[in-house]
Amino acid sequence: MNYQVNEKGYYGEFGGAYIPEMMVPNIEELSSRYLEIINSYDFRQEFVDLLKNYAGRPSPLYLAKRLSEKYQSNIYLKREDLNHTGSHKINNTIGQILVAKKLGKHRIIAETGAGQHGLATATVCALMGLKCIVYMGAVDVERQAPNVKKMRMLGAEVIPALSGNQTLKDATNEAMRDWINNPVDTHYIIGSVVGPHPYPDMVARFQSVISEEIRWQLDEQTGRENPTRVIACVGGGSNAAGAFYHFLDQEDVELIGVEAAGKGIETQETAATLTLGSPGVLHSSRSILMQTRDGQIAEPYSISAGLDYPGIGPMHAHLFKTKRARYIWATDDEVLDSALELTQLEGIIPALESAHALAALKKIHLKPGEVTVVNISGRGDKDMETYLKHFGY
Amino acid sequence: MNNRINKLFQEKKEGILSVYFTAGYPNLDDTIPMIQALQSNGVDLIEIGMPFSDPIADGPVIQHSSLIALQNGMSVSKLFDQLKNIRQSVEIPLILMGYINPVLQYGVDAFCQKCSEIGIDGLIIPDLPLTVYEEEFKTIFEAHNLHNIFLITPQTSEERIRTIDQASTGFIYMVSSNATTGAKATVSDFQKDYFERVNSLSLNNKRLIGFGISNAETFRNACQYASGAILGSAFVKALDGPGTLDLKVSGFINSIVIKS
Ligand SMILES: Cc1ncc(COP(=O)(O)O)c(C=O)c1O
Repeated sequence: MNYQVNEKGYYGEFGGAYIPEMMVPNIEELSSRYLEIINSYDFRQEFVDLLKNYAGRPSPLYLAKRLSEKYQSNIYLKREDLNHTGSHKINNTIGQILVAKKLGKHRIIAETGAGQHGLATATVCALMGLKCIVYMGAVDVERQAPNVKKMRMLGAEVIPALSGNQTLKDATNEAMRDWINNPVDTHYIIGSVVGPHPYPDMVARFQSVISEEIRWQLDEQTGRENPTRVIACVGGGSNAAGAFYHFLDQEDVELIGVEAAGKGIETQETAATLTLGSPGVLHSSRSILMQTRDGQIAEPYSISAGLDYPGIGPMHAHLFKTKRARYIWATDDEVLDSALELTQLEGIIPALESAHALAALKKIHLKPGEVTVVNISGRGDKDMETYLKHFGY
Repeated sequence: MNNRINKLFQEKKEGILSVYFTAGYPNLDDTIPMIQALQSNGVDLIEIGMPFSDPIADGPVIQHSSLIALQNGMSVSKLFDQLKNIRQSVEIPLILMGYINPVLQYGVDAFCQKCSEIGIDGLIIPDLPLTVYEEEFKTIFEAHNLHNIFLITPQTSEERIRTIDQASTGFIYMVSSNATTGAKATVSDFQKDYFERVNSLSLNNKRLIGFGISNAETFRNACQYASGAILGSAFVKALDGPGTLDLKVSGFINSIVIKS
């Protein structure tokens, strides 16, 4: 089975580029050049150097002893929370800013939910001296306030998106409209494995450093490259894509994605896309999405701004359909419990998004000899207000 | 195959007035009276917008009308119900304009079948790209005598314009500037160059200019460079406020086409 994108930009039946004509020149330019650019010697040199010396990679793979004891198994944490800017998002923005420079663009736009992608974009724009505009749902501007302040301090303009539920989907709509209105000098740094081809593939390649490192780090620590399973949260699916990437063809490794169930999959307030969705087109790719019978996109809900999205990248739709990966969900309440558990057992405060991956530990049966890698996609600083409100510290 | 769009372009060489409205806005049941009023005020071609929750190619005015229309209960099947007998009173060409996802959910075959039963002449689906259209949709559209209308923009290369011209059967929708709908248009030198460049290509298909055409002046200017022009956001905006639908429609059309 092939899990990679084909030359037409599809993963099985999912993917493609359902773009309006106004976006064609930019997308065609990117499609025809991204592989040549990111495989070039210059690019590799600069990318690897920035990941190492600027972002602080490799991120540690840490055997969580007390957590392992509690679950009577071996649990390793991939510490993407320790990257510069506090999440895996920096892997992608470093890659894309280098691509943007090669394409000669000097204005950068991005969408953001949790603010982590916006922050990582604002950061690399400061680094490269490029103009940065970040669209963020007005609700997220409120609930992820610390990141908004950081982005502004970094020199980015943060524009609140006022349509829809004023969350990630709406921010993405606004970013796409911006690109339509600014077709010449602008590069759109999409923050996940979503959007038209070649974005899902390009972002997955930049994030694949996560699983590349897991393999040699695990080998170093245990003498084997393959764990029993890898667990990651999925919003659009970029940290999961990165954590799964080099295991896709290792069929003995179980891959588990965890979606945000919000207040429960039986309620309207949920973002469990694969669990509840059906095939359709959102943000220019054919994938699985939450929608009405009439094909209107459902307004999602999750306590976690980064997972509050009614779609999912086409690669995950394909992994779901082919059953190569399994997708489960966790509710807001389960996630809060798991965040507190990690904090108090290991001294690591995870992002709300990453706590979804941790919540999976309670939902699957871990056996004593097994090795489970949980991707900790980000740290909890941005979520302190939510945590304090719920835990009452 | 000939349909009402081809007939219009054969009979009327200049000053074609095409108007877009969002079905279900301002009120759910305005669809039929709206179409009738547009026809009786001399509009040549109507684009009936099928509202979508996430219209990425649209600016604030059409976003807003789409939101209200959906809140009013508009849907593809509701629209088809409303349009069932439209051909008893309306002769001008009718085009449905909307995004691909609601069409996919309705089912492309069933959708086209309904269109042809009703007497729809063409479709404009901005997020249905040319390649996907040709591979998956073309045979079905053609079987139902539906023209797929493609867009070109100032950024579209000559080579691609020619490809689109080959693939087009009704007319080409010439987007006036690099923008979402509703942007302010003045006919700038840049646009003049673009319009003249396209005109010099001797394309097979006639063009209508759309996006940002908002008043008599911009309409008249656009008509110098194409067979006519399309009014969208400006018309939708004119539907705001008090007054009967008939008066709003006639007031707006009279402000665009100054009677000589
Ligand atoms: C820490 C963290 N994890 C996960 C996500 C979800 O994105 P993705 O599914 O693309 O990894 C986000 C998005 O904002 C995030 O900030």
